[in-house]
Amino acid sequence: MAFAAFGHGGGGGAANTTAPTKKSKVALFLLLPGLIYLGLFFMTPLISLIITSLEVPDGSGVMGSYAYGFAIENYGKVVTQFWPQISHSFGYALIATIAALLISYPLAYFIGVKARRFPLIQGLMLTLVIAPFFISFLLRTFAWKQIFSNESPAVHFLQQVGILGPHDYLVGTPFMVIFGLTYNFIPFMTLPLYSILERLDVRLLEAGADLYATPATTFRKVTLPLTAPGIISGTLLTFIPIAGDYVNASGDFLGGTKTAMIGNVVESRFLVLNDYPTASALSVLLMGVILLLVGFYAKRSGTEDLL
Amino acid sequence: MRRFSLGKYALPVYSVIAIVYLMIPIAYTFVFSFNDSLKTNLIWRGFTFDKWINVCKQQGVCEAFGNSVMIGVISTVLATTLGTMIAIALVRYRFKARSFVSLLIFLPMATPEVVLGAGLASQFFSMGAAKGIGTIIIAHVMFCMSFVVVTVKARVASLDPALEEAGRDLYASPAQVFWKITFPLLMPGILSAALLSFALSFDDFIITNFNSGPAMTFPKYVYTAAARGIPAEANVVGSAVFLLAIAIVVTVQVRGSLKAKRLARQK
Repeated sequence: MAFAAFGHGGGGGAANTTAPTKKSKVALFLLLPGLIYLGLFFMTPLISLIITSLEVPDGSGVMGSYAYGFAIENYGKVVTQFWPQISHSFGYALIATIAALLISYPLAYFIGVKARRFPLIQGLMLTLVIAPFFISFLLRTFAWKQIFSNESPAVHFLQQVGILGPHDYLVGTPFMVIFGLTYNFIPFMTLPLYSILERLDVRLLEAGADLYATPATTFRKVTLPLTAPGIISGTLLTFIPIAGDYVNASGDFLGGTKTAMIGNVVESRFLVLNDYPTASALSVLLMGVILLLVGFYAKRSGTEDLL
Repeated sequence: MRRFSLGKYALPVYSVIAIVYLMIPIAYTFVFSFNDSLKTNLIWRGFTFDKWINVCKQQGVCEAFGNSVMIGVISTVLATTLGTMIAIALVRYRFKARSFVSLLIFLPMATPEVVLGAGLASQFFSMGAAKGIGTIIIAHVMFCMSFVVVTVKARVASLDPALEEAGRDLYASPAQVFWKITFPLLMPGILSAALLSFALSFDDFIITNFNSGPAMTFPKYVYTAAARGIPAEANVVGSAVFLLAIAIVVTVQVRGSLKAKRLARQK
């Protein structure tokens, strides 16, 4: 599944024994089509995005027509103009990633360690964890909107109990957006955690106990460091898509006017207002922050070879 | 977190609650596919099979679904072919630009979808290309390819080169070695890569939204409909796809465990 993307282990492999002269030609034949494709439809678009982000209105006054420029100030403009949305994106992503980790770790621990002796339960629970992937992401998000809609029994109950004020609702609040984001990306956190916890040697935990470590100390000193690679890949796999998401925060789904994220601005600027430079500058900004984050993680965890 | 009492009862209970939480929207979508709804599907109005039987009566649902399947199949075939070739090259050959190629494969997976979508859209715009099914397929092949490479790569790496050597020793041509030995052995990896690729393509909304123009896909249909309320027929399509996917997963798992049992008996 997707979590293999930031996986650990795997990789490497046996060298082949094909004649060395033939090697490079065959390799080139195998690589070129795919690499040209990625060059054309991944690299070039990113460059195109950077160029567009520096464009200026061409003065014709026609909506959506821009001229080449080198308006580095576009970036300053988008940061000041869209600071709330930028902070929502990274703030929500941070909170939702932590929430997903807190929900997923015990779950993955149970499936990967405690359920080991019961392969049937393990298989069933794992299938249920990936089950959300099989039903449209948009339908799931919309289901939460209906479950917590203003007239729903759930909201009535929360109002009666006093958790919500009599005129407070859930849909449209940052809480609801973060709730939806957390929900949608839990499997991306649980799967890499599971794949590393599944291989955790429980004898090491027993050794910790034998040496008079409390369960908490054993967890902190043994389990946590051993499962760190899973935490790292899970965190990246959740944080990146959440920071760029705009479905949960959209007014038609769980968000409202005050919850817009970077993605919402990019969508409306690009597809509705034809304001390509602003949309592009925000995209480049988002990409830059993500790359910094990935680079930092790669350095910290020492896995230069992320793939 | 792992106090003795916790490990015994709290952890299983907690896990069950977490799983139930994951299931709630799925169950909701499924239940409301049987709702005898009028225009919107907000309030429960009674049980009916009508929406399942007359799915296509709701304007646009089946067309969008058909488009999604077609886009999914074409993108999967292309992405799986290109990705498998790269995966074989990455494991089997040493070349100078290896780390660069790895990085190029990795980057699309680390890029937020909104950036991939906007980037491609801005390129199509500057090229003057009309957006439609074609541009959606181009976009899907791009982001599915990396996932194929990663999935197939693991399989290539676990392949025993001695098997291919044996083939060459028996005077098989390189093409024969590939099609009779390598390819069948890689098949499970290629198959799971293709399934993953189809799932990613089928459920993609963000990249599609930027590059679809007037073309409709199922996720885009749901997104557009959300403004006025999603019709029950969309729940039917979502639920049907869900049941089919679960059936496939269970079949694959059962077959796998049966095979493992058979192999164990042979030993």
